[in-house]
Amino acid sequence: MSEATVTSAPAPVKKNWRESGGTRGWFGRQHWAVRVGLSVVFALVAYLLPYVGQVPVLGPQVITQGIDWSSALFNMSYYVLLALGLNVVVGFAGLLDLGYVGFFAVGAYTVAMLTSPDSVLKTEWGWVAAIPVALAITMLSGLLLGWPTLRLRGDYLAIVTLGFAEIIRIFATSSETLRGDRGFSSIPHPPGTYADGKPIFGVADATPYYWLGLTVVILVILGVQNLDRSRVGRSWLAIREDEEAAEIMGVRTIKYKLWAFAIGAFIGGLGGVMFAGQQGFMNSQTFVLQFSILVLAGVVMGGSGNIFGAILGGALISYIPDRLRGIKDPIWDTDLYEYRFAIFGLVILAIMIYRPQGLIPSRRRAMELKDREKEVAPQ
Amino acid sequence: MSEPHIETPQELDEANARPVDRAIPTGGKSSGGAPPPQGGASDALLEVQNVTLRFGGVVALNDVSFSLRRGEIFGLIGPNGAGKTTCFNAMTGVYRPTSGAIRFNGESIVGKKKHEITRGGIARTFQNVRLFPEMTALENVMVGADAHHKTSVISALFRLPRHWNEEKSGRAKSLELLRFVGIAHRAGDVSRNLSYGEQRRLEIARALATNPTLLCLDEPAAGFNPAEKEELLALIRKIRDTGVTVLLIEHDMRLVMGVTDRIVVLEFGKKIAEGTPAEVRDNPAVIAAYLGVPTDAA
Repeated sequence: MSEATVTSAPAPVKKNWRESGGTRGWFGRQHWAVRVGLSVVFALVAYLLPYVGQVPVLGPQVITQGIDWSSALFNMSYYVLLALGLNVVVGFAGLLDLGYVGFFAVGAYTVAMLTSPDSVLKTEWGWVAAIPVALAITMLSGLLLGWPTLRLRGDYLAIVTLGFAEIIRIFATSSETLRGDRGFSSIPHPPGTYADGKPIFGVADATPYYWLGLTVVILVILGVQNLDRSRVGRSWLAIREDEEAAEIMGVRTIKYKLWAFAIGAFIGGLGGVMFAGQQGFMNSQTFVLQFSILVLAGVVMGGSGNIFGAILGGALISYIPDRLRGIKDPIWDTDLYEYRFAIFGLVILAIMIYRPQGLIPSRRRAMELKDREKEVAPQ
Repeated sequence: MSEPHIETPQELDEANARPVDRAIPTGGKSSGGAPPPQGGASDALLEVQNVTLRFGGVVALNDVSFSLRRGEIFGLIGPNGAGKTTCFNAMTGVYRPTSGAIRFNGESIVGKKKHEITRGGIARTFQNVRLFPEMTALENVMVGADAHHKTSVISALFRLPRHWNEEKSGRAKSLELLRFVGIAHRAGDVSRNLSYGEQRRLEIARALATNPTLLCLDEPAAGFNPAEKEELLALIRKIRDTGVTVLLIEHDMRLVMGVTDRIVVLEFGKKIAEGTPAEVRDNPAVIAAYLGVPTDAA
């Protein structure tokens, strides 16, 4: 990330504000036409991904074998959603949250409680009707977690958030209302039917779910990007870099930290809502701690603090294990999926060794690591 | 928006202050949206009254009193560990005084939050530069400018008109300030890539962006060579000429003598002298504090 510092002669500053430092990162500095064009191309490619299998030669290598490709794509979409949300909390505001799955669970459970016939509420709402309530409750839980932990940072915050996720899981396991292992079944799918009366969001084909998930992801990207490029993003960054200096410069640190938690929770809850709507069934085993760690690994792997990095990281943590499904290893003839954590661990190790700043790093991480390199490099 | 003019100071507790007799140019740049002095007949901008600050058994500040007048450059000096920065921190809300009062514009600021004090009109820089290293120079200044912005998270999320207007004016103002401190050509560079001197200037620009009435500079010349110090003095005068009162903590006696209107000297947390640079220079207690006292003279 060599900035053009050396060459920046005392040029007139009146040029385009993008070039004069109004925004960060390569993408933000491009002409608007380039940015819009690239975004449209990416979005189109993403929407066409379900048909990638029909591309000759390359296609069959890409698609998953042990799991239907569109389901794998849908899985990727909600993992990307979670990575985007966690990136707001960890990447932007610098608050290490290890209990992110808690929000996913809150979102999913609220939908289940309101819609499933198994629920004690017996409301049996439609999926869409449950969304606003689920998101409101998730945001509230974000504030609930954020409020008492405002004074904590780093390791301490990580421990508390870890506890939060575990509390939710254990509560879900042991509470009669949340039905533990038995879980909730018959959670309704999203509404809508084709002309011939068949439901769009059925059980046979996951492609519509993927498109729905992708649309939500795109909306979230737009929102998060808007925030990143505003005083909100600047405040988060300032808090991450030097919280006390930020406050002395007039940043309301408490307010913006709470917003980071609330927005992160909102996006996580959105993931839970999507998940519940597609699966139709969920129980307390769905929300294990592994899940939080996995999403965090995705964010770090992709490049913490960078939206594109979070997208790539989130997609990979879902894609890699799914791609391994249905491949037999030559010696013991077991499904490679069984080795997914080992293989996944190796991939993460490799990335951390060869590209410790993440695949698409934020400038911050890249430089921190470059500095560290300088410190230890033998002269 | 500079102060209209400076009255001949009505003496508060200083007997030896000389009248402030310079003209304050109006117009110029847009720093200091200072609220007019409210109701009070005094033109004291900041009053520190009998402030004591203890950390456990250590008395960092011991019954310190002084007051700043509008439009002056005020020096706070003293040997290492005299309590200068502690005094600064008490004024900007980092520490809460154990006892005593601090009033800004006639209003007590003890116990106020740091960001409230900043929005109220006190801005500061840090002894060891504390920029946001991964943000560009312009963004750093914009964080300061954001202090008075009203854009909510919702309007930022949906890019509502208020967001656009404030972004635009904030950006223009920040660029203007970068030009004012002389580093406009580095606006787009990440602040950690700036040279040390540029970083110091950027810190001043960021503080000015919060529209302060009072700018507190904590050893702004530390690590500067004589030529850079000269430039800094010029900048400090330029800031004062826009109507901002400047409080300067400094180690370098010559620098302080050259630019300040009045000086308070601290030693071991106590005020040992106060007055014009000439008076302070000749004060035996100050000489003793800085140079030590010969044993027979003690």
